[in-house]
Amino acid sequence: MRVGLFVPCYVDQFYPNAAIATLQLLRKLGVEVEYPLNQTCCGQPMANSGFEHLTNGCNELFVKNFSGFDYIVAPSGSCVLHVREHLHDKDETAAQEIRSKVYELTSFLTDILQVKQLKARFPHKVGMHQSCHGQRGLKLSQMSELVAPQFSKPGSLLNMVQDIELIELNRIDECCGFGGTFCVTEEAVSVKMGKDRVADHVKHGAEYITGVDMSCLMHMEGILNRQQSPVKVIHIAEILNAE
Amino acid sequence: MSAVTNKDHAELAEDFNRDENRVDWHDETLWWIRQKRDRIVHQIPDWELLRETASQIKHNVLSNMHSYLQQFEANALANGVHVHWALNAQEHNQIIRQLLKDKQITHMVKSKSMLTEECGLNEYLAEHGIEVIDSDLGERIVQLAKEPPSHIVLPCIHKKKEEIGDLFHMYLGTPSNVADPQILTEAARQHLREIFLTRRAALTGVNFAVAETGEFVVCTNEGNADMGAHLADIHIASMGIEKLIPERKHLGVFLRLLTRSATGQPITTYSSHFRKPRDGKEIHIVLVDNGRSEQLGRPDFRNSLKCIRCGACMNTCPVYRRSGGHSYHTAVAGPIGSILAPNLDMEKYADLPFASTLCGSCSNVCPVKIDIHDQLYKWRQVLVKKGYAPTAKKIGMQLMAATLSSPALYHTAGKAGRAALRYIPFAINNKLNPWYKHRDMPQAPKQSFRDWYLKNNS
Ligand code: SF4
Repeated sequence: MRVGLFVPCYVDQFYPNAAIATLQLLRKLGVEVEYPLNQTCCGQPMANSGFEHLTNGCNELFVKNFSGFDYIVAPSGSCVLHVREHLHDKDETAAQEIRSKVYELTSFLTDILQVKQLKARFPHKVGMHQSCHGQRGLKLSQMSELVAPQFSKPGSLLNMVQDIELIELNRIDECCGFGGTFCVTEEAVSVKMGKDRVADHVKHGAEYITGVDMSCLMHMEGILNRQQSPVKVIHIAEILNAE
Repeated sequence: MSAVTNKDHAELAEDFNRDENRVDWHDETLWWIRQKRDRIVHQIPDWELLRETASQIKHNVLSNMHSYLQQFEANALANGVHVHWALNAQEHNQIIRQLLKDKQITHMVKSKSMLTEECGLNEYLAEHGIEVIDSDLGERIVQLAKEPPSHIVLPCIHKKKEEIGDLFHMYLGTPSNVADPQILTEAARQHLREIFLTRRAALTGVNFAVAETGEFVVCTNEGNADMGAHLADIHIASMGIEKLIPERKHLGVFLRLLTRSATGQPITTYSSHFRKPRDGKEIHIVLVDNGRSEQLGRPDFRNSLKCIRCGACMNTCPVYRRSGGHSYHTAVAGPIGSILAPNLDMEKYADLPFASTLCGSCSNVCPVKIDIHDQLYKWRQVLVKKGYAPTAKKIGMQLMAATLSSPALYHTAGKAGRAALRYIPFAINNKLNPWYKHRDMPQAPKQSFRDWYLKNNS
């Protein structure tokens, strides 16, 4: 199985550790991973701001970089959702193939690799942030609005980690307010949402906030740091890869 | 009555956020209702099936609007009801004014109708010397405060009981500093009783209109629609054309969904059916288009006409809860309002589809399964293409697209950005950067993942 590793632009630039952990974790699980060197961004920042028509360059590049892999895996629910829903290209067959083969990391582990155990240890109190695009968009876990059985792909993986203590939250899947360019165009509401989201974790004693999307974590980290809080954010790949 | 303002959603929301305690209170009040909704929908195992059924019934209505409207009109006429057609808000208001003028009525009692808010009926009638008293308690409160409703189901949800006490003290003669809901409700009751008894005309909204029978159903928790309509000589019902359902048996689906979604009750206290006028009385229905057929003609947005105005999308919306209904500066606020409003006026409401994180909670909660957040995304594309994006944003996006389309440019820019954060943080950490206002910037690592990969993997 040949897997192409897609590292979203801001993860590449600001959170290389999340990407390193993803790569190492996949290799540990016996996957042959390659990182196409000419990748940039999935185009989501433009598309969600209403400029989908400016994403052709990104799309073309994405198709060029990621054609021919059995799967494409990324440590980000939001970027994967964007590719799945909006990637189009002159070569529509290639685009369509990529759309069907791109996976967010945790669902790739549970659905394709069918991971049943992990050699990981993380002796800390951890709050799990359900990023909306992963949860409601990619259906990574059950949503509080729907009447349906409970499940959680990232949650099931975290439960395989030794000595981890997952905390409960009052609002299990409230949005953190990041929302791409929303976080600057609607600064006031975005920050308030982030503060509230962080407070729920802090109140329940989290030492770390984790999730499948570094972008939400970046937003919450910005708020935690401003509050000089000792609580840290960490991408789920780093926990699943921790020893 | 939409708030008169030149500010956009972000600015109005920022104003609202100046008082953080109030935001917390607003958020928690609505979240409490959302939780009530969750509890009650989980009590019926077929909830998702009900949603799907309702969505399909509405789909049928939207696909056959023309014939259902004709059927409804024919049946209503046969029942002895007068039917009027209004192309837009202006026609709607004129028709109602004419009806009142013909009967020389200068005072009317009105029960809750978001359509009349959409049409600005109260102001219009006031300008023509006709007094309208809103009889829904929440609506009466915002009317006294000279404000538009901030929520379609809970019009005065933004007001604390102390503020309501002050309003009642000022207008209804209650003692000062009374915030006891029971005392205030009793005062409102006495005040409205007087209104009900003296008004000769009553206006109600319409929740559901049945094509098969020509009847319509009005749902209230206070019984105020009935009080008004039964006591008055003339009952006028304002109805958006999308309120139709084909048959009486479909009512069971919608009545079960409506109030569970809205407030977490199994059903509204009063679900009143109006079919034919009693002897000596008149019923008039005004069927209003006001942009609805245009929305019907937009394939990406027509589903928004399935809306039964339960307000669940507002209660669940994390942005609405923290920005307040008035920040949407339109009669129907929240997620659904943000996809309905641009249809009426793209320029005026170009900001609204951007007032969302696209978290998708609204679409999940919607009892008729409107793809609300997908429509928000689609409206953004339409609005930008039509030129309603701010110039700075346009330039920024073009720059970004150019950088991200070229690996070389991207690597240089990335390096420069990280270097700037590491060595000259004050260039980025300043007041002009909205991120930095209340959040720290991420720490810039020495190397990107790509740099690391090149060193460790090749
Ligand atoms: S869009 Fe759906 S959830 Fe929102 S008010 Fe309408 S029916 Fe209710």
